[in-house]
Amino acid sequence: MRKALGLAAFAAVLACGAANAQQVNVKIGVLSDMSSLYADIGGPGSVAAAKMAIADFTKDNPNVKVEMIAGDHQNKPDIGSQIANQWYDVDKVDMIIDVPNSGVALAVSQVANQKNKVFIVSGAAASDLTGPKCNANTIHWTYDTWMLANGTGTAIVKTGGDTWFFLTSDYAFGHALERDTIAAVEKAGGKVLGKVRHPLNTNDFSSFLLQAQSSKAKVIGLANAGGDTINSIKQAAEFGIVKGGQSLAGLLVFASDVAALGLPTAQGLVLTETWYWDMNDTNRAWTKRWQQERQGKWPTMIHAGVYAGVLHYLKAAVALKGNVSDGKTVVAQMKSMPTDDPLFGKGTIRADGRKIHPAYLLEVKKPEESKHPGDFYRVRATIPTEEAFRPLKEGNCPLVSG
Amino acid sequence: MEHVADPLVKKPSVLRSQSETIGFVIMTAALVVAPFVTYPLFLMQAMCFALFACAFNLLIGYVGLLSFGHALYFGWASYLSAYSAKAWGFPPELAILTGTATAALCGLVAGSLAIRRQGIYFAMITLALAQMMYFFALQAKFTGGEDGIQAVPRGVLFGLINLKNEMSMYAVVLVIFLGGFMFIYRIIHSPFGEVLKAIRENEARAISLGYKTDRYKLVAFVLSATLAGVAGATKAIVLQLASLTDVNWPMSGEVVLMTLVGGLGTIFGPVVGAFAILVMQFKLAPIGEWVLVIQGAIFVSCVLLFRRGVIGEIANKLHIRL
Amino acid sequence: MFEIFGIPSTALFGQLLIGLINGSFYALLSLGLAVIFGMLNIINFSHGAQYMMGAFTAYLILKYSGLGYWPALIIAPIIVGFTGIIVERLFLQRLYKLDHLYGLLLTFGLALIFEGVARNYFGSAGLPYTVPESLRGGQNLGFMFLPNYRAWVIAASLVICIGTWFVIERTRLGAYLRAATENPTLVRAFGINVPRMITLTYGFGVSLAAFAGVMAAPIYNVSPQMGSELIIVVFAVVVIGGMGSILGAIVTGFGLGVVEGLTKVFFPEASNTVVFVIMAIVLLVRPAGLFGRRA
Repeated sequence: MRKALGLAAFAAVLACGAANAQQVNVKIGVLSDMSSLYADIGGPGSVAAAKMAIADFTKDNPNVKVEMIAGDHQNKPDIGSQIANQWYDVDKVDMIIDVPNSGVALAVSQVANQKNKVFIVSGAAASDLTGPKCNANTIHWTYDTWMLANGTGTAIVKTGGDTWFFLTSDYAFGHALERDTIAAVEKAGGKVLGKVRHPLNTNDFSSFLLQAQSSKAKVIGLANAGGDTINSIKQAAEFGIVKGGQSLAGLLVFASDVAALGLPTAQGLVLTETWYWDMNDTNRAWTKRWQQERQGKWPTMIHAGVYAGVLHYLKAAVALKGNVSDGKTVVAQMKSMPTDDPLFGKGTIRADGRKIHPAYLLEVKKPEESKHPGDFYRVRATIPTEEAFRPLKEGNCPLVSG
Repeated sequence: MEHVADPLVKKPSVLRSQSETIGFVIMTAALVVAPFVTYPLFLMQAMCFALFACAFNLLIGYVGLLSFGHALYFGWASYLSAYSAKAWGFPPELAILTGTATAALCGLVAGSLAIRRQGIYFAMITLALAQMMYFFALQAKFTGGEDGIQAVPRGVLFGLINLKNEMSMYAVVLVIFLGGFMFIYRIIHSPFGEVLKAIRENEARAISLGYKTDRYKLVAFVLSATLAGVAGATKAIVLQLASLTDVNWPMSGEVVLMTLVGGLGTIFGPVVGAFAILVMQFKLAPIGEWVLVIQGAIFVSCVLLFRRGVIGEIANKLHIRL
Repeated sequence: MFEIFGIPSTALFGQLLIGLINGSFYALLSLGLAVIFGMLNIINFSHGAQYMMGAFTAYLILKYSGLGYWPALIIAPIIVGFTGIIVERLFLQRLYKLDHLYGLLLTFGLALIFEGVARNYFGSAGLPYTVPESLRGGQNLGFMFLPNYRAWVIAASLVICIGTWFVIERTRLGAYLRAATENPTLVRAFGINVPRMITLTYGFGVSLAAFAGVMAAPIYNVSPQMGSELIIVVFAVVVIGGMGSILGAIVTGFGLGVVEGLTKVFFPEASNTVVFVIMAIVLLVRPAGLFGRRA
C-alpha cells in the first residue's frame, strides 16, 4: 500500500514536472515584397528562412507551437499597414517580421506600436527606425543605412573617391541612405557635387545617369536597392559611364543582385553586409538547407536576419511562459536577453531596438577569381560591432534617455 | 443607340419611390448592426468607397459623363485632410472640410477644362488631368511621395468625441456616409436633377429648350468632385494614412468598376458595388495578383453581359426603382 | 564639349536623344491608337497592355526557342496582332452598336486582365532582355555619346510611322480604309468586306503596339506595368495631336518626346507633367487638337 502510494506520488511529481514545460502558442506573420523589385532580397526567401527557424526551434522545444502566415505588401505603405492592422486585430498575429521597404516598415512600426504587438524589421534599412521614429514595439535587425554609409561610404572616400553624385530612390529608404552617406562622405573629407531622385521601381535610368555623367563626380553613389540597383548598373555600362572614368558605389547590394548582374558586370563593386553565405561552414550548411526551398537562388543577409529574429523571439516567448500578448513586454524581454544564433553569433539588442553585430566590407570578385557558383565576395575588412552601428546617443531616439 | 446608362424603369409601378425608401431603411439597419459582427475598420473603409462611388455615379449615371480620373478628387482630399490634421493640428472636422474644399477646387478647374469636350474625349481628358496631379503628388514634398503621409491623428471631433475609439469613429463615418448619400438623393430628385437627366438623354434638345447645359454639367461635376472629396478626406482620418494609391489611375478604374458592377444610374448600385469589390479584394488578398485579373474579367463581363449591374438587374426584374 | 545656356552639350544632346527615343515610342503608340480609333471609333485602352505583350512575347521567344531580337521583331507583332484579331471578333464586335464609352471600358478591363496575368507569372520587377549583338556599343560623337541601339530605335520608328502614313494616305488600300470610316454602308455596297477590314485594322494597330514593345524590351526592361505607365501619356499625346489624324499622331508623338527631353534639362521637376500641361493649354486654345479635323 505504501509502495503504491509512493509510486503514485512519484508519478504525480513527474506529471507536475512535465506540466511545467508550459505550452507556448504564438502566431508569426512574414510580411514582405513577394513579387516586385525586392522579391529576391526578401520575399519567399524570407518565408523559407522563417520556416527553418520555426522547425529548428520547435525541434528542441516541443512545447512550443508556432503558426505562420505570409503576406505581400507590394511596396505600398497603405497595403502594408492594412495587412498589419488586419493581422494584429483579426488574425491574432503576435509578431510581424521582415518588410523590406522602409516606407512600409515605418507604417507597420506605427501599427505595431498602436496595437502593442511586436515588429521585427529585417528587410528595411532606414536608420530612423531606431532613431527619431523608434518605439518600444519595434526591433531593427540585420542592417541600416547608417551602417551602410559608414561602411561603404567611408571606405570609398579613403581610397580616393572624394567627389560624389547621388542617384537616389525617392522614398524613405533612399532619403535615409543618401542623408547618412553624405554625412559619412563629408566626415571623411569628401564633397557632394549633386544628387537626383528617381521613382521606386524605375525601368529607364538613362536621363538620371546622364546627369550623373555630366556632373563629372568621381563616384556615382547608388542610393537604391534590388531591381533599381541592378538596372542602374546595367544601364551605366550601356552608356559607357565606367569606361569614361567614373566609378559606381553600390550603397546597398545583396548577393542576389550580384547573381542577377553576373560577375563581369559587378566585379569591383565595394559593399557592406552583415552576413555572407560563404563566410564559414555554418553559413554554408544553412544555405544548403535554405536552397532546398529556393532552388537556384542565393540567401541574403535579410533572410539570415529573419531566421535569427524568429529564433530570438521564440526564446523570449518561452522565457515569458507564452504570455506574448503585451508587445512592449516581449520586446523588453528580447532586449534583456543576449542573442545567440548560428548565423550572427552572439550579440545584443540595444535600448533603441537596434540589434548590433559586426559588419563586413566586401568586394565583388573578378570572374576569374570565383572558384564555385555563388563565390561572389572577397572580405576586405571586418568592422567591429562597436563601430559598425550609429552610437546610441546620436540617434535622437525618444526611448534613450539623455 | 444605347446610352451608357439607359433608363431602367420599364413599367413604373406605383411603389417606385417606396422601394427606394425601403432600400434606404434596410441599408441603414445593416450598417448599424454590421460593426458588431464584422471588422469595423473594414466597414468604415467600405463606406468611404461607397460614398466615392455614389459621387462618381452622379456624373455617369445621371449626366452621362464618364470621368476616368475621379481619383484626383478622392486622393487630393485625402492628402490635404491628412496633412492638415498632422502638420497643422486641425481637429478632424476641420481636416475633412479642408480636404473637401481642395477637392471642390480641383473639380472646378478640371471640370471647366474637361467639359469643353464630350464623350470619349471627356473621359480621356479627365484621365490625363488626374495623371498630371498624380505626378504632382509624387514630387510634392508635403505628400511624402512613396511613403505617403503616415501617423495621421484621429483627433477629437468637435472637442467632444474621441475618434481613437473605433465605435465612435464608426458612428461618425456612418453619419457622413448617410448624409452624403441623402444629399445625392436630393440632387437627383430635384428640378436640377431633372435637367441633368434631360442633358443625358439628349443634350441638343436640352439646349434648344434654353438650358445652358455647360453650366449644369460643370455644377454637377463640381458636386461630384466635392462628394468624392468628402469620401477621401474621411478615409484619411479613418485609416490614418494618405498615399499615392489614392491618386493613381487604378483607383479611378476601381471606382468605375464598383459603379459598373453595382449598377450605373441606380442609387444603391454604387454602394453594393463598393462593398462587393472590397470584400472580394479582402478575401482574395492571399492570392494578390489574381485580384487584378478578376477585376478585369468582371469589367469585361459587365460590359458585355450585365450592363445594368447587380442592382440594375434586380430593379429591372421587379419593375421598381433602386 | 561646349555649353549652351549653361548646360554642357553632352547633357543637352543626351537628353534630346532620350527625348527622341521616348518620342519614337509615343509616335508608334499614338499612331496605333489613331489607326484603331479612325476605323473602329474605339479608344483601345489595352494598347499599353498589348505593347507590354509584344515585349513579353519577345522575351518568351528568346527563352523557349532561342530566337533573338531580329526574328522576334517580326514574329512577336504577328502573334500579338493575332490575339488582337481574336479580341475584336469575340468582344469588340458586339459593342459597335453601343455608346463608344463601352469600348473604352471593355478594353480597360482587358488591359487589367493582361497586366494581371503577366504579373502573376513574371512578378512585377523587370525581366532582362539584352541588346542584340549587332547593335551594341555606341559612337562617341564628341559632343555626346550615342548608343547604337537607341539610334536604331529612332530610325526604325520613323520608317514604320512614315510607311504607315503613306499606306493610309496615299494608297488605294488606305483610300478604302478612309472611305469605310466615313461611310461603311456605301463602301460595302461596292463589294468591299468592311467587317474584315475592321478586324484586320484592329489587328494591325495592335501589332504596331507590339512592335514598339519588342523595340522597348532591351532598353526599358520587360515588366508588366511598362504599358500602363506609358499609355496615359500617349492618350494626352493623342488629344493634343487630334484624334482623327495620322500625321498628327506621328508629329505630336516625336515633338512631345523632344519637348519632354528639353524640359528634363532645363526644368527637371516638370518633366513628368509637361505633356499634360500642354494638353490643358491645347484644350483651351484649340479643342480639336493641333491637327484635328473634327471640332
